[in-house]
Amino acid sequence: MAKRSSEASSTDIDMTPMIDMTFQLITFFMFVMNFSEAEQDDRVQLPMSQLAKPIDGPVEKPITLQLTSDGSVIYAGEMVGLRDVGGYLDREKSVLMEAGKEPKAATVIVRADGRAKTGEVQEVIKICQEKGFEKFALRAQYDEGR
Amino acid sequence: MTPMIDVVFQLISFFMFSLKVVSPEGDFDIRMPLGKSASTVVDDQQVPPVRVKLSASPDGGLAGITMNGNPVADFNELQKKLVSLVGNARGPDSLADKTEVEFDCDYALKYANVVRAITAVSGTVQDGQIVELIKKIKFTPPKGGG
Repeated sequence: MAKRSSEASSTDIDMTPMIDMTFQLITFFMFVMNFSEAEQDDRVQLPMSQLAKPIDGPVEKPITLQLTSDGSVIYAGEMVGLRDVGGYLDREKSVLMEAGKEPKAATVIVRADGRAKTGEVQEVIKICQEKGFEKFALRAQYDEGR
Repeated sequence: MTPMIDVVFQLISFFMFSLKVVSPEGDFDIRMPLGKSASTVVDDQQVPPVRVKLSASPDGGLAGITMNGNPVADFNELQKKLVSLVGNARGPDSLADKTEVEFDCDYALKYANVVRAITAVSGTVQDGQIVELIKKIKFTPPKGGG
């Protein structure tokens, strides 16, 4: 079909190392991938703290509630109103009860924006307390600082 | 060979675009059951709680800090006063372990200041290690809308 250039053979590149590199890259990305983005929403900018070192293992029985700077609550990736949080917590509570656990065994992870009003954070915590949740984890961004 | 490399490049591009770089996050764990019956009788009788009040300026910034009614210049001074109150002993029976700090925050105060307060009260980072100070933290109930 096309005219064969006579210099073709001398410019042959050995593709093997390139493909090896590509496979290395893929493997790296596969292990680094983290698909649980819903619980780390970009709309919430956590306050920084030098003491907020990441813990070794996952939190047992976590329920994540996120609070934006303007006071809306994000639950499971969706923006909900403060009044609806109680309903979602009831659902979580019934799931826990069916698994034979009390709400006080669950940890509510509070990811509140640093610019949010403290009173609003306290109100969210109060709603959780009224549903029977006792353990709270206030999440902050680790500040490597200094 | 070429189609294989094409697919591999597609895979890499997919991973590259869906990779999310997240900063490490840590938790401040707080147990806050509703109702006074939660804390053991021993606590209230032996060690009175330290009351830290954080007042807010109209835009939500930190206007002032008081500790048991006495004004404190900044969070460093708050920590120094706590250390002088509680002493240097740490461990299960020490005063540091039994002392409880109660935060009274203005509704409109920006949450980041509360996290700074909790950081100052919870401990320090010395040579890369966390030295714990106060472990028991609670909040006064929220006082109405902003």
